[in-house]
Amino acid sequence: MLWIDKYRPKRLDKLILNQEIGDNLSKLVATGDCPHTLFYGPPGAGKKTLIVALLREIYGAGAEKIKVETKPWKIALPSRNIEVELTTLSSNYHVEMNPSDVGYQDRYVVQEIIKEMAKSRPLDMKGQRGFKVLVLNEVDRLSKEAQASLRRTMEKYSAACRLVMSCTNVSRVIEPVRSRCLCVRVAAPSTAEVQRMLAHVAKKESLSLPDSLSLRVAQASERNLRRALLMLETCRVAQYPFTPDQPVQLADWELYIQEIASDIMQEQSPKRLFQVRGKLYELLVNCLPPTLILRKLVLELLKKLDEEVQHTALALAAQYEHRMQEGQKAIYHLEAFVAKFMSEYKQWSIMAFG
Amino acid sequence: MVQPWVDKYRPKSVSDVAHQEEVVQTLEKALEGSANLPHLLFYGPPGTGKTSAALAIARQLFGPELVKTRVMELNASDERGIGVVRNKIKGFAAGAVGSSVAGYPCPPFKLIILDEADSMTSDAQNALRRTMEAHSKVTRFVFICNYVSRIIEPLASRCAKFRFKPLHGNIMTDRINHICTEEGVTMGSGSMETLSKVSGGDLRRAITTLQSAVRLQGPDVAPATLLDVAGAVPDAVTSAVLSACRSNSFAAIQTAIADAIAEGWPAQAMLLEIQAALLSNDDDGVSESARAGVLLALAAADKALVDGADEQLQLLNVASATQKALCASA
Ligand SMILES: Nc1ncnc2c1ncn2[C@@H]1O[C@H](COP(=O)(O)OP(=O)(O)OP(=O)(O)O)[C@@H](O)[C@H]1O
Ligand SMILES: [Mg+2]
Repeated sequence: MLWIDKYRPKRLDKLILNQEIGDNLSKLVATGDCPHTLFYGPPGAGKKTLIVALLREIYGAGAEKIKVETKPWKIALPSRNIEVELTTLSSNYHVEMNPSDVGYQDRYVVQEIIKEMAKSRPLDMKGQRGFKVLVLNEVDRLSKEAQASLRRTMEKYSAACRLVMSCTNVSRVIEPVRSRCLCVRVAAPSTAEVQRMLAHVAKKESLSLPDSLSLRVAQASERNLRRALLMLETCRVAQYPFTPDQPVQLADWELYIQEIASDIMQEQSPKRLFQVRGKLYELLVNCLPPTLILRKLVLELLKKLDEEVQHTALALAAQYEHRMQEGQKAIYHLEAFVAKFMSEYKQWSIMAFG
Repeated sequence: MVQPWVDKYRPKSVSDVAHQEEVVQTLEKALEGSANLPHLLFYGPPGTGKTSAALAIARQLFGPELVKTRVMELNASDERGIGVVRNKIKGFAAGAVGSSVAGYPCPPFKLIILDEADSMTSDAQNALRRTMEAHSKVTRFVFICNYVSRIIEPLASRCAKFRFKPLHGNIMTDRINHICTEEGVTMGSGSMETLSKVSGGDLRRAITTLQSAVRLQGPDVAPATLLDVAGAVPDAVTSAVLSACRSNSFAAIQTAIADAIAEGWPAQAMLLEIQAALLSNDDDGVSESARAGVLLALAAADKALVDGADEQLQLLNVASATQKALCASA
């Protein structure tokens, strides 16, 4: 088992990070109820841990007996029948899913599958609570139609069913849905907190972890706990006993994007654009989210630029990333960004250096 | 079992719908002589009583029993493509009107509530137009939406339109006070203003925030708890961003924005705070045209965010525009 799973706290009172949120959630559950809840915050901040611990707090150990199921669901629409494949994790008390995974048909998942689940009586009538919980992950990736479809379901069946949702980009969740939830912000751990967690894991694994290594891992993780633990585990595989100056390995895709940034800075030409395009495509094929690629790429470029051009590069990135959301094919917009940046940068260097 | 207060205090009759006087007056008149109730269109922001009002009308017209056969509610959780409009609504509209029940007006028509109608495609709305005409004698429609512009004109023009206003300032106070009395909650000094501010005119949001605050910190509600529960962006966060913008260092805004994102502050809320700070401070030496430039950047970022753009890039871009404006005029 990976460390990030092995050392995931199972209970609200055992949390190492986000303890304050944990205390608040226990108080809510102690009142015998829990409202619809939307957890939002950056990746690796601990949203999933909170949700798992919350379920355990509501239902006890029974919520940990999870069955994973992937199956095709038949949905009968008035005009036709469709089939979507969906993975669910469920216990006797709750069902967890990622409805945006089905793509453009997500609306039907909300209208048919989720509504049916919400309507039906609690899964386990003997359960000590009168309601069941539906956990919906990444609701920010649901289409607007699918989100709208949640609205009345959240009101009409709230007696028998509570939604617990999570997302990274809360601006993408429509206001009427936010208005129906208790919204809980989950901040990323500070670098010091990441180090605290690393120390905790090192102790459990009986490893001696030099301070300077722990600090560099924490910094490289950019306040993302999941990444920090993965990095530390990679360090452990690479070399033990640890040494203070041991290298901290970045993920392959990060190195690859650094390389692309260097390529762009070295030469701005159609030929180079073509090469860069190939590399970007490579990242997309490996399922790296296009937004992440563009954000990381511009952050790498910014490191290498003069202040004047930094503003320009950023404005371009913001513009092309926005377009990407509205368009169909990410590669066009990534490539357009690189092309436009190359041209602006070249003009600027000619002006600056002749 | 503990009931969410939003459900517990959902208005039961039209007259309970707080502070939408025009709406209430017109509807009550129509309810008295209900034979000539027009088609209705309710629009306005979330949590202002639209669904509550429609459900209350249905109940007052037909009573709890007849509601089941005379009223059909379809909302965004129902498939509402053209097929449904053609068959389901038509089928319901076409059936006989049937008997009445003592004690309720029971006018000789059926009521079709299309909640969240702005999520219907315009094709489906067009199909509806014909259904509406064909059965105009025996049906009344209630359309409910947040954005009236998303309802096609031929439908909208057939309806009496009611705008549900955001419930601001002291308008919200009455309803909240009522709930506080019923639930034995006391609002500490400044709490009411805070609640009204963080809920931005959305009464449902206000009630949910209040109930969560009470569950967390007990029945004496302090402003700090409300701010915390509502996830309001603290002033310190906004001032950190603004002082980075004044610093003339690009690295400074990068750090400030990366921190704000890591802390999970919602980008849209940050935009609002930046806007407020920029507008409230008019002796900061910033030229009017520079200020306008930043406002443009804010508006563009808001639109981009709604379209799903990346929060970090959009915020950085706004900060960069702000920095250029502030430093150019300094
Ligand atoms: N005008 C009002 N008077 C009294 N209570 C209200 C009013 N507006 C909202 N509420 C409270 O907020 C809750 C939600 O209101 P309602 O469902 O009518 O909102 P809505 O306008 O339909 O919102 P949405 O656009 O999100 O569907 C109600 O259950 C009630 O507790
Ligand atoms: Mg509504």
